[in-house]
Amino acid sequence: MLKMTGVSKTFNPGTVNAKTALSDLSLHVNKGDFITIIGANGAGKSTLFNAIAGSFMTDSGNIILDGKDITLMPEHKRAKSIGRLFQDPMRGSAPGMSIEENMALAAGHGGWLSSVSRKDKELFRERLALLEMGLEDRMKQPVGLLSGGQRQALTLMMATFHPPKLLLLDEHTAALDPGTAEKVLELTKTIVAENKLTCLMITHNMQSALDLGNRTFMMNNGSIVYDVQGEERNNLTVSDLLQKFKESVGKELDNDRMLLSE
Amino acid sequence: MDFNSILSIGENALQLGLISSLTVLALFLSYTMLNVCDLSTDGCFTLGATVGAVVAIAGHPGLSIVAAMAAGIVSGFVVAFLQTKMGINSLLAGIIVNTGLYSVNIAVMGNSSLLNMNKTETVFTLLKEKLKGTVLEKEYTLIIALVAVALVVVFLSFFLKTKLGLAIRATGNNPDMVRSSSINPVFTTIVGLCVANSFTALSGCLLAQSQKSVNIDIGTGMVTVALASLLIGGVFMGKGKIPVRAVGVVLGSIVFRIVYAIALRFDMPAYMLKLISSVIVIIAISAPYIKSQLPAIKRRISLARGKGAA
Repeated sequence: MLKMTGVSKTFNPGTVNAKTALSDLSLHVNKGDFITIIGANGAGKSTLFNAIAGSFMTDSGNIILDGKDITLMPEHKRAKSIGRLFQDPMRGSAPGMSIEENMALAAGHGGWLSSVSRKDKELFRERLALLEMGLEDRMKQPVGLLSGGQRQALTLMMATFHPPKLLLLDEHTAALDPGTAEKVLELTKTIVAENKLTCLMITHNMQSALDLGNRTFMMNNGSIVYDVQGEERNNLTVSDLLQKFKESVGKELDNDRMLLSE
Repeated sequence: MDFNSILSIGENALQLGLISSLTVLALFLSYTMLNVCDLSTDGCFTLGATVGAVVAIAGHPGLSIVAAMAAGIVSGFVVAFLQTKMGINSLLAGIIVNTGLYSVNIAVMGNSSLLNMNKTETVFTLLKEKLKGTVLEKEYTLIIALVAVALVVVFLSFFLKTKLGLAIRATGNNPDMVRSSSINPVFTTIVGLCVANSFTALSGCLLAQSQKSVNIDIGTGMVTVALASLLIGGVFMGKGKIPVRAVGVVLGSIVFRIVYAIALRFDMPAYMLKLISSVIVIIAISAPYIKSQLPAIKRRISLARGKGAA
């Protein structure tokens, strides 16, 4: 499904601030994989997502999505097959536009000059009802009135309105309160399972990194240092994971948020 | 002042308000929706006026409207291209194009800074002929202005609800979201500014033809006057659906011109127009900010007083 070979990215090359964010990174994601990604601060987790989504052009290497070389494809074209959620719930929807208008942007079928039909509205209502947040009765209200959790749930719904080939979740529950985070995570699981989505999820919660999905990447210094799945992963505990980190990196895991969330 | 002269002042203000409301509607699209402050508005307004005048003088009154709008689209495209593809800051892109347009406009008028259309056939004179002998005989300017404004308001109401219109609004409302979505912000910015500037040029074209002359200064300060009208309109009908807001914007423009006409009656010199619009824009934009700072200011004052007492 997603294949990256020898992808590198250095920011500010040739200056004192040069930072190698991805170094010769290769990975192979199979169709239907739900991969959780953990790593220390600045390990390159978000940079990896930016490289896949096309927020910047990589310095070297190839990115192939579903048999198509997307290495040089601009971000908005990749976005047709890649759905993405950020930590900040404000990033995924337009606050000054109504829920319905935001949904219409996500649905986006028809020509440029087509507008929302009654049938579309019915479909939006049905989809929003799945969130069980009562948003289907607030279709005309501006999104800016929603809470962070509601907005993130709406963004999730919008990103998966047309099931994408790949879903990138960048700590999308980290900015929510525990109850809401739990709910959004449940929704994520349901939506990913129902649509059989291929999904990469960055998380700082070691436990959910092991509980969710079928495979886990551990990143450090712009590479994947540990890739685990199957039987080995099933028997893994959080302390095993911390031990693994120490083995492969040579020091203690220093993601403060990650440790505090235990 | 007798009743008739009041009426004629009112009518003048109404005509002027309607014609310039086309520029205000353009800013409604570019400034309110797309969140781009398009400083090429002055030059584009004049461009519409000069191109419209030259084509009308050449004997094509109908075509003059189309030509003016097409010129506006080109001007809008250049501004959008500079800011999306050439890495020039959007304010700067507008100012650069505005400066360049000064030369273009003089060139369009054939190395002159003034064109006279006293004997030129325009859409206004055409309608005047048609209406001769009817009750509406004298209202030809008002009718054309009304029709143009109505068409633009209806167009905007539909356009902003289409997929393209929603994409343009999202580009202005949450650029972060658009950047990581399948909408290409370059495309939406270009389309938005092209459409907006076609209205600005139409506005200039109609103003020049209605007053039967065009000079190089016809658009000077237009962007501030239009912003003032836009913000006044926002006070009336800033919330609600797009058509309501668009009508509010037109009302804002008319109210602005009427208040201005009244002020002129009270012996305010005509040259004060631009200063007044500047002050209105300053007040309208800074008021929410100052309001938000008020609690802190109050606290500081009361603290200072407390110290003084002790």
